[in-house]
Amino acid sequence: MKKYILTSTLAALLTLGGLSVPALAGPEDVVVENAWSRASIGMNRPGAAYMTIRNAGDEPVTLIGLKTPLAMMPEIHETKTNAEGVSSMSPAGEITIAPGESVALEPGGLHAMLMRLQEPMTEGETFPLTLLFDGGGEVTVDVPILGIAARGPQD
Amino acid sequence: MRRRAILGYGAAGVGAVALMLFVGWWRVDGPGAPAPVGQLPVALTEMDFRLTDHEGNAVGPETLIGRPTMAFFGFTYCPDVCPTTLSDISGWLDDLGDEADEMNVVFITVDPERDTVETMAEYVGYFHPAIRGWTGPEEQIARVADGFRATYERVPTESGDYTMNHTASVFLFAASGRFVTMIDYHEAREFAVPKIRRALAEEMEGAT
Ligand SMILES: [Cu+2]
Repeated sequence: MKKYILTSTLAALLTLGGLSVPALAGPEDVVVENAWSRASIGMNRPGAAYMTIRNAGDEPVTLIGLKTPLAMMPEIHETKTNAEGVSSMSPAGEITIAPGESVALEPGGLHAMLMRLQEPMTEGETFPLTLLFDGGGEVTVDVPILGIAARGPQD
Repeated sequence: MRRRAILGYGAAGVGAVALMLFVGWWRVDGPGAPAPVGQLPVALTEMDFRLTDHEGNAVGPETLIGRPTMAFFGFTYCPDVCPTTLSDISGWLDDLGDEADEMNVVFITVDPERDTVETMAEYVGYFHPAIRGWTGPEEQIARVADGFRATYERVPTESGDYTMNHTASVFLFAASGRFVTMIDYHEAREFAVPKIRRALAEEMEGAT
């Protein structure tokens, strides 16, 4: 914690000094595991991708967006189910991951929503998905496309 | 002295009222409350709707009487909850094996505008073969949802399309059409499969 405050102060000083600040918690510390998605029927329906994003560094990282040639509008979404059992979905906003922590994108919770597909998602293929982090860092993963009825990365 | 006695009675009175209020709360809203009957589906025998299954057959609540039924709502443009529920159900059916053969499994769309009979046929084809897809005119879908005490709502998305918020629970009915229980979204398989067995067992009791 103390170290975090110190580095933040340092960053603030460097910024004030007009120097460009490298992403302190660089995406080289971000580990993406168990990425998977389901095949689509055609291109009219939105797709969804899932994965675990782990912050292996010692600074917090903030996921601010997604980018992929597969979809014009990729966005982190969150599905919520209320006390009456009604499910709804909405943009999740920015997601900050503390050092040593993971965020799971999994069915029924957070997901990478792939809106306006540019091509069908075909079982057996993969597509590149880039995670955009605060500070300009990027991490690109190859996401395997599994069957429509897949339940997890192992299916 | 007198005044103190009055105070005493007053305190006892307040205590009695508080107890009554507590008992009332316990029975109405508290742990002693009965299940919220108004929020549970009515029996299939009390429902009235006309839909079409993914093979073009006319279907209604009577189609489901005589066999236990597992039913749920969704739509084929749903990227997350619906394929997950459909694959969960496919997994439960695999676990049940032969037991599941004598069961109705119905996926009812809440998005009839996009989910035509042909669309439903293509979609359900990717999941367990026991799953039937039902669609129909919007006002008939509304009647089904009403009988199930389910809700759905069309919501525009930033991409210019729309999505549907909807009840994601899986409903279980006995062969008689009586509502048995529901499986909430996110419920673990070790709870789901015994619940389905319970609905199947009710059929056995009715048969013998
Ligand atoms: Cu979504």
